[in-house]
Amino acid sequence: MVFALAGNQNSGKTTLFNALTGSNQHVGNFPGVTVERKSGEVKGKKDCTIVDLPGIYSIRPYTQEEVVSTDFILNEHPDGIINIVDATNIERNLYLTLQLLELKVPTVVALNMMDEVRENGGSVDVEKLSGILGVPVVPIAAAKGEGISELLEVALETANRKALPSVYDFCNDGGPVHRCIHAIVHLIQDHADSLGLPCRFCVTRLIEGDGDMDEKLGINQNEKELIEHCVVEMENSTGLDRNAALADMRYNFIENAVAQAVIKSSESKEHRRSVAIDRILTGKYTAIPVFIFVMFLVFWLTFHAVGQRMSDILATGIEMLTQAADKGLVSYGINPVVRSLIIDGIFAGVGSVLSFLPIVVTLFFFLSILEDTGYMARIAFVMDSLLRKIGLSGRSFVPMLMGFGCSVPAIMATRTLSSDRDRKMTILLTPYMSCSAKIPIYAVFSAAFFPRHAALVMIALYVTGILVGIIAALMFKSTLFRGKPVPFVMELPNYRLPSAKTVALLLWEKAKDFIERAFTIIFLGSMVIWFLQTFDSRLNVVSSSADSLLAIIGRFIAPVFAPLGFNDWRVATSLISGFTAKESVISTLAVLLGTSIDSLGQVLGSLFTPLTAVSFLVFTLLYTPCVAAVAAVRRELDSSLKTLTVVISQCVIAWITALVVYTVGRLLF
Amino acid sequence: MTLDKLKIGKSGKITSVGGEGALRLRFLDMGLIPHTVVRMQKTAPSGDPIQILIRGYELTLRLEEASKIEIEELSE
Repeated sequence: MVFALAGNQNSGKTTLFNALTGSNQHVGNFPGVTVERKSGEVKGKKDCTIVDLPGIYSIRPYTQEEVVSTDFILNEHPDGIINIVDATNIERNLYLTLQLLELKVPTVVALNMMDEVRENGGSVDVEKLSGILGVPVVPIAAAKGEGISELLEVALETANRKALPSVYDFCNDGGPVHRCIHAIVHLIQDHADSLGLPCRFCVTRLIEGDGDMDEKLGINQNEKELIEHCVVEMENSTGLDRNAALADMRYNFIENAVAQAVIKSSESKEHRRSVAIDRILTGKYTAIPVFIFVMFLVFWLTFHAVGQRMSDILATGIEMLTQAADKGLVSYGINPVVRSLIIDGIFAGVGSVLSFLPIVVTLFFFLSILEDTGYMARIAFVMDSLLRKIGLSGRSFVPMLMGFGCSVPAIMATRTLSSDRDRKMTILLTPYMSCSAKIPIYAVFSAAFFPRHAALVMIALYVTGILVGIIAALMFKSTLFRGKPVPFVMELPNYRLPSAKTVALLLWEKAKDFIERAFTIIFLGSMVIWFLQTFDSRLNVVSSSADSLLAIIGRFIAPVFAPLGFNDWRVATSLISGFTAKESVISTLAVLLGTSIDSLGQVLGSLFTPLTAVSFLVFTLLYTPCVAAVAAVRRELDSSLKTLTVVISQCVIAWITALVVYTVGRLLF
Repeated sequence: MTLDKLKIGKSGKITSVGGEGALRLRFLDMGLIPHTVVRMQKTAPSGDPIQILIRGYELTLRLEEASKIEIEELSE
């Protein structure tokens, strides 16, 4: 049995999904598009799957999220829909509900956040509301886990009975909208029935005139004219155009339903609290300082106090494990080439990447807190006018901010932008936000060359990335992406404490993903690099890595970097391996220099001067994103040629910027 | 008058919703419908975008977008 979980953004959908499925989740994509599709098995129920549809406010064919949600329900025929409705914001949430009811699928309304409604002295007559909507309504409090089992029971029962929504007439006033809808129903009922499409949904689509519904239904010219005639008559009598007339009809129905079944609380405690918090967080003089402070705190905790400390501990543990494994292999008397593969290849490569897991997880922890509390939306609100200067909207700020964690989810997060132009531009700019996988490179180099100013070097690198990004954005704005940023009509949800479970599951997902990458891409990459540096062109084991296959490739490319001050095949090779994953720049350098990560710093002094180190850092900051990010860009831009352009232009920009830095540096020092 | 001209703390009733295409549909979906009462809550530090209270929730939109919405101001 398959259920679709549908609801507005900020309605607690993810919390409910997690409460229903626990950790049995599978993340993928909807076919053909790049919208994330999460599904999960219901805990304790066999063969019962929930598909988490994207958070939407409407099912017009206008954003990708809306299209995949509608297509999923119409084409994949789920056995039921669970529609989550935020009871504290019931009017706007029911708007989507009315559209879902037209799809003629057994539906249950999960009335979420009922605890808040009750605490504030409000109440909902669930039975009455259920009668008005013609579907079961179950009050729940997803964050507290209340009502979840009842919801599941009702949903299963409704789906088993194949109980269709009994109300689909929202135009019960006999007025012009009613006449228009019913006239069109008569016209197309047979068409829709023979195609197995829900009639009311088709009628709405025809009136709104969106998409290709008339072609789908095979409506002839005569019928088309009749429909248009009905719609024009409705427009004339209501004084509203077709879209406004339908929206007006739905909201009228909702207001009527709410008047009968809902006793609204005066002003909720949560809303008052949000307004009070906003006085500071989006206040005229306090917003920007608070934002900078919050970002500073997040970065400090991630890259110093918490994340970095845990990484150090993990690195020590891995080092000890490596030594123990080495000892064991030696005493076992294993073939030295195999020992080298395991210790110098796999342990060194995977181990060095794995030790950065805590930093990545810590960063995602803070990003998810910012998102789930509702602060991310405020950041977009505060930053919008600034981002508009570079031709973007405040909403692009959130994906770009996530770019500091990892470009892959950041690029994926651009899907929430409804304009193609904004989405593409944000995707192209995200790689300039230095991702967390580059931190190991910065950390090792700044510890080796600028031990007393490590933090300053880090900040300077991040700022350089942002500045180059801004320059790129200004160039895009006046060339590739002329036009206006997307509308900025966005909900600012009440501040809420995120549920520990939601955060924990998200972190688990990210950690799993990171570990998977460490043991797949980086595992393979480490072995390939090990192979290339252990054997020469005649597949003999080399005595010095300077004779290896890798040295040949590296030597071929190295001269490209001569103007930047680091003409060395090992450096060139590490940059090539950085394409598989940025962390491997460091692991490759460690392997090639025959040292561990811990003592890499001392050895680097023989390859770099402080100035060439800076030049190298600037290059790594800006050059092509890793293969996973490039794959994400390819998926989102849907063009190999454009993706290739991104890769090449990033490398060129990196090379030029590093050259400028190196040249200026040489003149100054 | 238009929504962008509403003073902070004041309320108004929507008389007509303008705009085109995606923007207009977004207005309608978010509940900005004629006869709906909105209250101006605040502006971002730079004065744009603005934040309004509508149907019990907070919505943000830009001045330029708000200027597409005609309202009549309500006295307290």
